[in-house]
Amino acid sequence: MSDVETLEYDVLVIGAGGAGLRAAIEASGAGVSVGLVCKSLLGKAHTVMAEGGLAAAMANVDERDSWRTHFADTMRGGYYLNNWRMAQIHAQQAPDRVRELEAWGAVFDRTEAGKINQRNFGGHAHPRLAHVGDRTGLEMIRTLQDHGIHQGIDVHMECTVTHLLKGGERVAGAFGYARELGKFMVFKAKAVVLATGGIGRAYKVTSNSWEYTGDGQTLAYDAGAELIDMEFVQFHPTGMVWPPSVRGILVTEGVRGEGGILKNSLGDRFMFRDIPDNYKSSTADTPEEGWRYVTKSDINARRPPELLTRDHVARCIRREVREGRGSPHGGAFLDIAWIKEKIPNAQEHIKKKLPSMYHQFKELAGIDITKEPMEVGPTTHYVMGGIRVDGETQMTAVPGLYAAGECAAGLHGANRLGGNSLSDLIVFGKLAGEHAAEFAKQNAAVTVSNEQILQAQRDALSPLDSSRATLVGGAYQVQYELQELMQDKVGIVRTEAEIMEAIDTIQILKEKAKSVSAPGNRQYNPGWHTALDLRNLLTVSEAVAQAAVRRKESRGAHTRDDFPEKDDEYSAFNFVLRKGPDGEMQVTEELIPEMPHELQQIIEDHK
Amino acid sequence: MAMVNFKVWRGDKIAGDFQEYQTDVTEGMVVLDAVHQIQAESANDLACRWNCKAGKCGSCSAEVNGMPRLMCMTRLNDMDLSKSITIEPMRAFPPIKDLVSDVSHNYRAKQKIKPFQPRKPDNADGSWNMQQQDVERVQEFRKCIECYLCQDVCHVLRDHHKHDEFVGPRFFVYVAALEMHPLDEADRLHELKETQGIGFCNITKCCTKVCPEHITITDNAIIPLKERVADEFYDPVKKVIRRLFGLSKPNNKS
Repeated sequence: MSDVETLEYDVLVIGAGGAGLRAAIEASGAGVSVGLVCKSLLGKAHTVMAEGGLAAAMANVDERDSWRTHFADTMRGGYYLNNWRMAQIHAQQAPDRVRELEAWGAVFDRTEAGKINQRNFGGHAHPRLAHVGDRTGLEMIRTLQDHGIHQGIDVHMECTVTHLLKGGERVAGAFGYARELGKFMVFKAKAVVLATGGIGRAYKVTSNSWEYTGDGQTLAYDAGAELIDMEFVQFHPTGMVWPPSVRGILVTEGVRGEGGILKNSLGDRFMFRDIPDNYKSSTADTPEEGWRYVTKSDINARRPPELLTRDHVARCIRREVREGRGSPHGGAFLDIAWIKEKIPNAQEHIKKKLPSMYHQFKELAGIDITKEPMEVGPTTHYVMGGIRVDGETQMTAVPGLYAAGECAAGLHGANRLGGNSLSDLIVFGKLAGEHAAEFAKQNAAVTVSNEQILQAQRDALSPLDSSRATLVGGAYQVQYELQELMQDKVGIVRTEAEIMEAIDTIQILKEKAKSVSAPGNRQYNPGWHTALDLRNLLTVSEAVAQAAVRRKESRGAHTRDDFPEKDDEYSAFNFVLRKGPDGEMQVTEELIPEMPHELQQIIEDHK
Repeated sequence: MAMVNFKVWRGDKIAGDFQEYQTDVTEGMVVLDAVHQIQAESANDLACRWNCKAGKCGSCSAEVNGMPRLMCMTRLNDMDLSKSITIEPMRAFPPIKDLVSDVSHNYRAKQKIKPFQPRKPDNADGSWNMQQQDVERVQEFRKCIECYLCQDVCHVLRDHHKHDEFVGPRFFVYVAALEMHPLDEADRLHELKETQGIGFCNITKCCTKVCPEHITITDNAIIPLKERVADEFYDPVKKVIRRLFGLSKPNNKS
């Protein structure tokens, strides 16, 4: 195996977005050797695209805020399917993690008093999101990157992991290839942290980049870990819809946080028409009250309905379009320009608060958002489900294997609140790094069999086998077919018949994927990479469909046309997926552990 | 809409040339869309970098019709489609394959710069107080998405190949963000002059012109840093005072 480069670390972190970087920094700080592997260049991971902010109950803007309120908001937003322990830890630790970013050089927007400023966001009772205009993710990843490069972490950029290696029951490292020359890499490690992000490329309309192919979820699943809550895929209500080539690109919720309103083609502010019962008492009765909330000029004012949770807003937009009241290109109008009726210098204010949205619409759609409304519609954005982890240590069912960030599950339940993902990354990234380092200190390395490495190599090389039948379009074609399928059959609104159809078609696509061939050689060959990523996309797509078909109710991000109501019976458990002995996907219902009285009381107090 | 001819540079570290591809251009398409279409239709192994497709990550930098651009933010409608569109990698860096170039110089350059070093926290919870107006200058620099187009267009790197002596405009912006950070206490002026080569910049402002984030690189970052270096090392009055009183370097921070 002269072709393989072998490296050894105490802790290997896979993925260098917010969670991976934070985990690597923590593990390195604990005194163990750390390798960090990422698919793209350092600093380009998906975190960079996050816009709105990080949710942390620092109470800098509204002193009534506390971790308890943040906890209650997160649980309500997740329809109580969340791992309550994670929701508690997240709410308690997020403020310290944000302040730590400032200590590492992050420059957040400020309040009048000189504190970190916080903005309103959907589902959060108080202004809670620390932010920098609408480029908070960039600020966060750059801060972690610029701090991280001085912590003695070995970074392997443009390197993709295709297999986890095991030694007995334990994880023992990872196998992958370095993009530049296609050289194979073996990383031996005592502990591994997965921080690979989401699955958005399984859908046609998505705000996610090419990297989001469900790698971590699939690696963990194949290695014997469990996936949970996979039916919950978040469709962000506001993606761009026009022109076609930018369809799906995110329009931050911050637009609504700053006063943006949704209207249909009749000019009707339709969000006022449908307010869920459990949010009625906390939602404004009139546009006037909503505006007082947005401007924080009246602390008793309640939030406008545009700031209801993402699942609800996405469904309302879809309804308007379906009932013929959509915008010309099949979306709704999102208007921030209207605030000029309310404040002087509105134009400057919008450019200051939402600079990258201004830029994005100006350059990609030829629209000046300070003068005209945007056209927006739902886009695949985030997966609440993922790898099941222990709420305190972030360890999976495989000893030594940890997961954090979007690829892990539990914090968000059936629907994630905006702003809770950036804080998720740093809270649980830190914990995963801390516990992985601890595991590495307490356990000696395990041996990896050569056969595993040879098998991984054979798998990785198979798409380059020129004797394979050449499919027109190759891997790209299969990917497009899968994306169409998931969009149409397991999308925002689902039915049993359609999901079953998708499950059958996924089997056919799996066979096709086994025989796609990639022209060219191993050197920086995207055709080959796409062929290898297909296996992961197909696994996570199947997981979404298998869980979705079993949840015969509508809850959070999972909407069933054939079961349009929430069903109490389904509020008690999560669907857990494991790989069976013959490689089949097994699905079980598992009861959610009972919440301690103290936490139940917090939820009651906030109802 | 129309079939358009693209000349795309294909090659590796050793050799390469333009190859022609035709693909259908529809309304609103950007150059990156065309590259993806070509990739899927006729060149599965065409190498290019991209991530966000929204001008936020700075991955898809290339030279389009000779101009350093983000492919994801370059709309085809704005170009003359009756002529071929040329797409090639950034030329100030060594080629790897097709549209991908070796940008490791930039990661090495950043590594050399002294990291952020804050003063003691103002408050018991470890936080600081800063006014919005005091952070705005730094926030402009922190908009940088590290696309390296400024590096690509800078003649000190592109034509004179001073990669070992000159960190380039991106990293003067980075140093400026640290030096002008209200909390930072480190001093980077000596390195700026001696090893980072700020003197090589003769303020032609090409970097400012190509910045997709519209950061005023030359006026707001490089010139103030040059002034600080000049103040520190070339001010005759200060020189005399230092010699007379044997004072250590004054801290030039603000």
